Amino acid sequence: MPTILSPTAFQTALEVGAIYSLVALALFISFSILDIADLSTDGCYTLGFAVGATVTLAGHPILALFAAMLAGVCSGFITAFLQTRLGVQSILAGIIVNTGLYTVNLAVMGWSSNLSIYGSDTIFTLTKKLSDSDFWKDWHELFLLCAIVLVVSVLICLFFSTRLGLSIRATGDNVDMVRASSINPVFTITVGLCLANALTALSGCLYGLLNKSCDINLGTGMVTVALASLVIGESLVGKGSVRRRVIGVIIGAVLYRIIIAIAISANIVPTECFKLVSGVIVAVAIAAPQVKKMAALQRQKLAAKAKGGQ
Amino acid sequence: MLVLSHLSKTFNPGTVNEKKALRQLDLTLAEGDFVTIVGSNGAGKSTLFNAIAGAFFVDEGSICLAGEDITFLPEYKRSRQIGRLFQDPMRGTAPHMTIEENLSLAYLRTSRKQSAFFSRPTRKDRQFFAQQLSRLGMGLEDRMRQPVGLLSGGQRQALTLLMATIVPPKLLLLDEHTAALDPATAEKVLTITKQVVADSKITTLMVTHNMSHALELGNRTIMMDNGRIVLDLSGEERSGMTVPGLLELFKQNAGKNLDNDRILLS
Repeated sequence: MPTILSPTAFQTALEVGAIYSLVALALFISFSILDIADLSTDGCYTLGFAVGATVTLAGHPILALFAAMLAGVCSGFITAFLQTRLGVQSILAGIIVNTGLYTVNLAVMGWSSNLSIYGSDTIFTLTKKLSDSDFWKDWHELFLLCAIVLVVSVLICLFFSTRLGLSIRATGDNVDMVRASSINPVFTITVGLCLANALTALSGCLYGLLNKSCDINLGTGMVTVALASLVIGESLVGKGSVRRRVIGVIIGAVLYRIIIAIAISANIVPTECFKLVSGVIVAVAIAAPQVKKMAALQRQKLAAKAKGGQ
Repeated sequence: MLVLSHLSKTFNPGTVNEKKALRQLDLTLAEGDFVTIVGSNGAGKSTLFNAIAGAFFVDEGSICLAGEDITFLPEYKRSRQIGRLFQDPMRGTAPHMTIEENLSLAYLRTSRKQSAFFSRPTRKDRQFFAQQLSRLGMGLEDRMRQPVGLLSGGQRQALTLLMATIVPPKLLLLDEHTAALDPATAEKVLTITKQVVADSKITTLMVTHNMSHALELGNRTIMMDNGRIVLDLSGEERSGMTVPGLLELFKQNAGKNLDNDRILLS
């Protein structure tokens, strides 16, 4: 009997799951908390890699992560500026920025559609040098990624109990209340989107550094993948405190990657269909409550009809 | 404390729907005044509140609060000094956040410096929230970790009142804040209102449709009609006033009967 998932495939799934959980957390902030569908995610993910890889090639592997995040903040700021100050609908603002980022990404990558960082020191090779043991050689990437995800999630949990964090949550929850209190929704939306896009870019950067080479289409479909992780997480742990939901999102992202890895290795779904599968998962998960409601109404109607016929 | 001079606001000017909502309105409140406002339909009561709170800028006139000209201050900057409650109990609280988080937000936004973005409530602050909640007598102090969406309308309105006054504002605007509640709950919220306003000596403006409340509560009663103040009662004149007497005075001053389909005379 063939194994469903080889240990290496499982390890890769965990690594990529950890990276995806950062984008999922970004969408948790923009989509769940701020209630804004930020469609610039795809472009921003690639932007993170483009900037991170360029800075890594220039010989600053640690600075690369922060540079990528800063690039994400800029991208988020433009998306927020378009929708809060210039009256562009929020979905359209994301799409516009996403389209524009394609060219920006090409420019950052030196007008080439792919970029390789083989041979240069990255944050991963630096971590590897910490120990010579075989165990560390195999697992250092996962450890580093887990550490980053842990730090990011602790910071997110802390942040959302500060005044600014609470204000951002209130903005997505009750705009009327926010307008009547001393919170400027323009400011909170801007900070929220900058934060979300910083995480998206960090995630893209880490993915690129782990793979050592990527092309301009790295981010295509990321928004759907991240949403899939988000809805899996939210349906698993429900809506509770921020801490609980953050844990749910991370579990959702990792679980999603494991499901995909199993589906691919067991040949249930060919690799080429990967994006269609994520699309279907998101559509089904978001549509589920509505379908449930419709089914309940139909049952009620049938019951009423049966009663009336007596 | 609050000085409104020559306030005017016209909606849809130059169209068939032109509506002069405020006409050269003057009003001065002393510190600690608790003023009730009654008026006919479309008299401009809510427009007056929106103008004071900064939901729009007035066409003419000026608004001074505690000596500071706030005529062109944006709404979110004014609301550090002005607490406001609406008729709809759903408007004042964030339903998916817990009672504690809602209170933290209200407390931190007013008690700390504007730049203290990363301030968090301390353990002492939380004890203070619980103690404040117990004043409402609704048992909310034992439910601080529950989302506000689970509370009833009356509980949410009482919580909103607490949030608006947890750090006493310079001015409290109550826009029929008990009108959407059932009579028993409305009385309870009103009792809490009286207590909170008296404890912190907050200058308060309250719109009501209940004529006896208008005379019972506070120290001054204003009647509005057609964007103007037509009657301003305080002191002895007010303490001897009855509801029929008030209606008669309104008729004399406004030149018509008080036509408000929601008025409660009892």
